[in-house]
Amino acid sequence: MEVTLGSLSAIPPGEGRAFAVGKRRIAVFHTRQGEVLAVQAECPHRGGPLADGLIGGSTLVCPLHSWKFDLQSGKADHGECVLETYAARLNRAGQIVVDVRDA
Amino acid sequence: MRAAKKKKLVVIGNGMAGARCVEEILARGGADQFEITMFGEEPHGNYNRILLSDVLNGSHDEADIYLNPLAWYDQHQIQLLAGVRAVSILRSARQVIGDNGVTAPYDQLILAMGSVPFVPPIEGLRLPDGSFKPGVFVFRNLDDCRKISRYALGKKKGAVIGGGLLGLEAARGLQNFELEVHVVHLASHLMNTQLDSQAGAILSTTLQQLGIHVHVGVNTKAVVGEDCVTGLLFSDGRSIDCDVCVVSAGIKPHVELAVRAGLTVERGIVVDNQMRTPDDPRIFALGECVQHRGQIYGLVAPLWEQAKVLAEHLTGVNPEAAYHGSKVATRLKVMGVEVASMGITEPTQEGDEVVQFTEPKKGTYKKLIIRNGRLLGSILLGDISKSAYLMQAFGQETPLPDERLSLLFDLGAPAAKVTFEEMAPAMQVCNCNGVSKGSLVECVRSGQRTAKGVMEKTRAGMGCGACKGLVNEIVAWACGGEAELDPASEYYVPCIPLSKPELIAAICKGELKSVSQVLDQLSLGGEDASSKPALASLLSTIWGGDYEDERDARFINDRVHANIQKDGSFTVIPQIPGGVTSAAQLRRIADVADKYRVPLLKLTGGQRIDLVGVAKEDLPRIWRDLDMPSGFAYGKRYRTCKSCIGSEYCRFGLGDSMGFAQRVEQRFQGLDAPGKLKLATAGCPRNCSEALVKDVGAVAVEGGKWELYVGGAAGAHVRKGELLAVVDSEALGLKYMGRFIQYYRENARYLERTYGFVERVGIAQIRSVVIDDSEGIAERLDAALQKSVDGYADPWREAVAPKTPNQFSSLLPIVQ
Repeated sequence: MEVTLGSLSAIPPGEGRAFAVGKRRIAVFHTRQGEVLAVQAECPHRGGPLADGLIGGSTLVCPLHSWKFDLQSGKADHGECVLETYAARLNRAGQIVVDVRDA
Repeated sequence: MRAAKKKKLVVIGNGMAGARCVEEILARGGADQFEITMFGEEPHGNYNRILLSDVLNGSHDEADIYLNPLAWYDQHQIQLLAGVRAVSILRSARQVIGDNGVTAPYDQLILAMGSVPFVPPIEGLRLPDGSFKPGVFVFRNLDDCRKISRYALGKKKGAVIGGGLLGLEAARGLQNFELEVHVVHLASHLMNTQLDSQAGAILSTTLQQLGIHVHVGVNTKAVVGEDCVTGLLFSDGRSIDCDVCVVSAGIKPHVELAVRAGLTVERGIVVDNQMRTPDDPRIFALGECVQHRGQIYGLVAPLWEQAKVLAEHLTGVNPEAAYHGSKVATRLKVMGVEVASMGITEPTQEGDEVVQFTEPKKGTYKKLIIRNGRLLGSILLGDISKSAYLMQAFGQETPLPDERLSLLFDLGAPAAKVTFEEMAPAMQVCNCNGVSKGSLVECVRSGQRTAKGVMEKTRAGMGCGACKGLVNEIVAWACGGEAELDPASEYYVPCIPLSKPELIAAICKGELKSVSQVLDQLSLGGEDASSKPALASLLSTIWGGDYEDERDARFINDRVHANIQKDGSFTVIPQIPGGVTSAAQLRRIADVADKYRVPLLKLTGGQRIDLVGVAKEDLPRIWRDLDMPSGFAYGKRYRTCKSCIGSEYCRFGLGDSMGFAQRVEQRFQGLDAPGKLKLATAGCPRNCSEALVKDVGAVAVEGGKWELYVGGAAGAHVRKGELLAVVDSEALGLKYMGRFIQYYRENARYLERTYGFVERVGIAQIRSVVIDDSEGIAERLDAALQKSVDGYADPWREAVAPKTPNQFSSLLPIVQ
């Protein structure tokens, strides 16, 4: 299921913000290259708020213990653990649309 | 010709022994001969159990201690049955059955089940259903580690039953949760396997000084508490209160499966010199579960030797390979106390020679037991600088020099070169990963010329890290003197191949004013997330107020001007210069705490008040209601200046430390720097405000003068500051402080605190630049600092004018 979250201007370039979609929390990032990328909002390590993390390219760094993830694949850089990722795009009106599948 | 069909090799146990043995087999071409299946009871890859206590004490993350991630098994086509416990071995059918019903047929079987915690029979340890009473834990695997971490949080007292090596490691872990920690040990002294009674007593004293309560010669009779642990009762009638109890009384070989399979088991699974069970030529065993020539080993080094022998044998590389037992030597750190122990701890025959040195006040103890000129045993405590040589003499049974004193101390410091040349190639340097001097030298010969490169290739030093210094020295020696420095260690950020001065020059030349510009034009690694805050800090130092602030380059703390906590909430610490407040201010803080239901009010070490547990959304409202400026207790910046009462009231006061602290804060507030800056002023040399262990400290002395100290620390690292200058006015004091700070801002590595910077650059050099202006840059430094001071703005004003959209929102509503 695709959900429209709102205008891209809600998220400053290079930063992320968290959204609640139903019971699910999603961290959406607006990269400096103008892309939108969406993953689960909590870090699988200790529940850190991923939307508050630093990003560079498609790498995300959790603010609590600096775990690193790839925003495209969801993979942690040390291999084992994977974030839930959500396909995200901008519609013609410049609004963020996220596919939350079975949500 | 190789057999077309591969043999089936099953390994029960995916711990350090099982996985290491498979690695050794693969290294000998085993992938062509065997189809390998491994049973691992724990649901993840293989990890370094030695580092579990570091996970418990928070110095390592779980992810840091994996030796082989799951991908490694795939890559080598090993079928890992993770989370599957082997429940029986059907020897006639040559099958292993797992608890999920899986059947694994084998041609050859390796048992590497390791050990299980020994839990002494103590009353009240368990609930009627046989499970541990809440609050009681064993400490053996990652899962135990997680359970203890969850339970210990917020508890007050913890007791560890067992004062052996593992018990002390567990105690160190518990200390991290700020518990009052007790160690209860049955034997008459700590670590009785590795230490004699004298060394044990010295260790007790040292640990007590570190805040651990040690009870030796004490038998725990019962665990007290109805539904959960509330205390321990000892058999001498005494008792202690505790709400967490970790049982770490030793380990015993995990042999149940072998017993049921009808293999010969005494204390451990009996094996011969080829690590083969005497009952079944297809079944082998190694590691902590085995008994070889009557010996059981609980350390990692013997296991490496066993793994090699078994691999040589199984792959047919060397059918003559044989294991002849290990001479056990350990070198470790117990709560910061270095210990080395090898062989016997007491003389056992008449005529055994004992050489001993004790200095209890410093916690130093050295003991050698010598027979026929050979080392039979040694204990080193506090100072283990001679351990490398002694371990080698012990392992190789080399004859000792007649001058016994030289075995305990470096007399006239012989050249290190001689020592390394003498060191046998087989001598193990890294005990965590089993890397010998020979492998390090070989790695250097194969082209690795940096210590970092050698460590990554051989994994030496990548375990507990205790051997890193030795690895560095050996690499340097093998390189014929100086090892090459890893060039990246000199870069300011990893993605730009420039040192800090070079980077500053490039930024100035290109007039690069924003982090994205710098990354665009200079980075070889694109937009590197971790480099962004370091660059933001540098740009602010270079351009002061003219720098183009991009908020995404900042760590979250600096985006919302508050310190993030483990649950995603924040702390608010308003400025209270010199720790001087007023009744009105306290009332306002109290009102805010009530209004926003702030869960915790805490007095900080920097003489301020911390409102802890604040939601991101509430930050701007709280700042507005407080109507106090930010105390900057969240960034790599000037933090605070602690002070004593000073001359106004104190009968000893020589200078107005309180007023000076306020003026210091007025000048340096909010200033960003490579690391935190914590300052203090003291009104007399009694130093009640601890100015000698601050980044910058001023101490009033007789005659209206101030002594200025720099490079002090009293956190993770403790260092006494060094005297920079004695000045006769506050104004000159402020000037030198500022000049030092600017010199530090321009020359320190990112996150390098002043204690590291002053140590690295040297106080003489700093004094000559800051005080004597030897480089003629004093005026420029003063001007650059002044520019930053002028650029000060209270970031809490962003309460009324946020800098970015939804700056203080933790969850956005969906707007369609």
